Amino acid sequence: MTSEFAPDLPTQLEIYKRVALLKANDERSRKVIMTGRLVMPYYSYRGQEVIPAAMSAALSDQDYWVTIYRGIHDMLAKGMPLKDLWAEIAGRVDGTCKGKGGPMHLTYPAKGIMVTTGIVGSSMPIANGIAWGSQLSGNGRVTVATFGDGASNIGAFHESLNLASVWKLPVIFLCQNNLYGEHTTYEKATSAPRIADRAVAYNMPGVRVNGNDPVEMYAAAREAVERARAGNGPTLIEAMTFRFHGHVFGDADAYMDKAQKQAAMEADPVPIFRARLIAEGIASESELAAIEADIEAQLDEAVDFALASPFPDLGELTRDVYANGENA
Amino acid sequence: MSDQSDAAPVTILQAINAALNDAMEFDEAIIVLGEDVADPEEGGVLGVTKGLSSRFGDDRVRSTPIAEQAIVGAAIGASLVGYKPVAEIMLMNFTTVAMDMIVNHAAKLRFMSGGQTNVPIVIRTMTGTGFGSGGQHSDYLEAWFAHTPGMKVVAPSNPMDAYGLMRAAIDDPDPVLYIENLPAYWIPGPPAEKGFTVPLGKALVAKEGADVTIVSYSRTLIEALGAVEQMEAAGVSAEIIDLRTISPWDKETIYASVAKTGRCLIVHEAVTAFGVGAEIAATLQSRFFGKLKAPVGRLGAPYAPVPFSKPLESAYAPDSRRIADAAIALATKEHSIDGN
Repeated sequence: MTSEFAPDLPTQLEIYKRVALLKANDERSRKVIMTGRLVMPYYSYRGQEVIPAAMSAALSDQDYWVTIYRGIHDMLAKGMPLKDLWAEIAGRVDGTCKGKGGPMHLTYPAKGIMVTTGIVGSSMPIANGIAWGSQLSGNGRVTVATFGDGASNIGAFHESLNLASVWKLPVIFLCQNNLYGEHTTYEKATSAPRIADRAVAYNMPGVRVNGNDPVEMYAAAREAVERARAGNGPTLIEAMTFRFHGHVFGDADAYMDKAQKQAAMEADPVPIFRARLIAEGIASESELAAIEADIEAQLDEAVDFALASPFPDLGELTRDVYANGENA
Repeated sequence: MSDQSDAAPVTILQAINAALNDAMEFDEAIIVLGEDVADPEEGGVLGVTKGLSSRFGDDRVRSTPIAEQAIVGAAIGASLVGYKPVAEIMLMNFTTVAMDMIVNHAAKLRFMSGGQTNVPIVIRTMTGTGFGSGGQHSDYLEAWFAHTPGMKVVAPSNPMDAYGLMRAAIDDPDPVLYIENLPAYWIPGPPAEKGFTVPLGKALVAKEGADVTIVSYSRTLIEALGAVEQMEAAGVSAEIIDLRTISPWDKETIYASVAKTGRCLIVHEAVTAFGVGAEIAATLQSRFFGKLKAPVGRLGAPYAPVPFSKPLESAYAPDSRRIADAAIALATKEHSIDGN
């Protein structure tokens, strides 16, 4: 498909760098968890990397992002430093939230990562408020709210899309439809054949794209960003993808259709994207290998940094409850 | 004092409106949202926000859909990027629809982000028995919010405090639930001077006394003041403390009073069981064990939803007579360690 918003070649390479980082980070996370050195609830995003890589490439550092518990790919794509991320998921004081948020509440305002919520659907009402701030101040910033297909069935989704449309907020609702809400299939839980169709009810554009296709995903992202920046209001993007490793790391996936899962993993978007970059002469094998080696080195450094960082002191238990540290 | 004794009295409703007006004039970051809050929708169902949208514009004062999660979520989001939203959740029972936004997000984002973000919002909400609104429009749910680390909860009982607490709540860097009592909206009193604030966490000794301390807030504080005559006729001198801020509560002021009187009655309109009174009573009994002249008393609503039928509704929340009866009983009863 072609679009006026299709990514140029440098942008495609930039998207790949982010995709490679996300994939390597997921693989490293599962590996370190298996060694027992990292203990955390882990919601693997493997298979969904292209969506935030392409979305973030269409944004600036100043744009905002509100994500969810399956959101480490979103945060890394938006620019959270690996060291801060790893120290946080290890519960260490050098983490971006001093170890007090953990993997489900990572926050990094310096890159616009304002909230990570562990509550399904709750990214959207808050994203609206951030976008309202941008609208009031006229700073031109766009806010992205990501969520899964399951969240399109909760009230917050409907309240948020309605308000965003009525107020013409510069917000993008980015649904990562990985076909499962926790253990339940899309078909069993969702009345609409396409989540994008729900946008009609809120008088906003709704587009379904192949979220695993960087060109298609980027074009949809760019179009939504342009629309929001121009003051023309929100867009709902339904990005189709698949979750390779079940709801939470360690679950047995018994609820997943094995043939469907195998087919999705065989169509892994990352090696396909990589092969295309080489085939189309956008990058050479050695260039991509160098990018990937650099990512591995950064991960080595981040993991070592995180696991060497001290745990927070017990005074942190009651710090940051209120501004002045008081407790009721 | 900020008491302008020669100024015309204002109602609590007018005082809140004045506080919002003055705050918005003072700081452009203050924005107002909620159902019907703008002037085309009559500035709130009872007119608390009347005039604000005409004066400060439709951008800063916005009527919303009837969508409480969206309202509180929008307030939270705007507060994360430098605004100071005052969100109205029309009735306290409607906060239940937005509990995820309030409890999981507004209250916790500062802590969960390790202090990188904060949520300086005010959630205004009205409630109270007396209008025959029944089980879903009258509840006092303050204990739920006081039980939530990260939230502050205030409940004024007079126009001056209504103004001063609103200004302080808006200035506060953390989320504040501001409880307005419906029947008390039209109670007049001396106005506050422009810019007057009542520090959060500071109680007020509304009336000094020697025999028993009565701690209350909101509507039942007014009822407690109305109980003075009956108590004095019975020879009981009550010290009446207006808590004003429910969380964090002013232990110092109450400790000083109970150290003096040796007796305490906590009164609120919310159901007694598991209520604010339980927290204060337990704290006082730990601190003053062996020194109290009587067990700390609690007076609130029965463990039942608010009823509609007038005689039932009138019997539901503590009124002046029941407060006086309870305080007199507490003040005239000597308890000994063996329970006799």
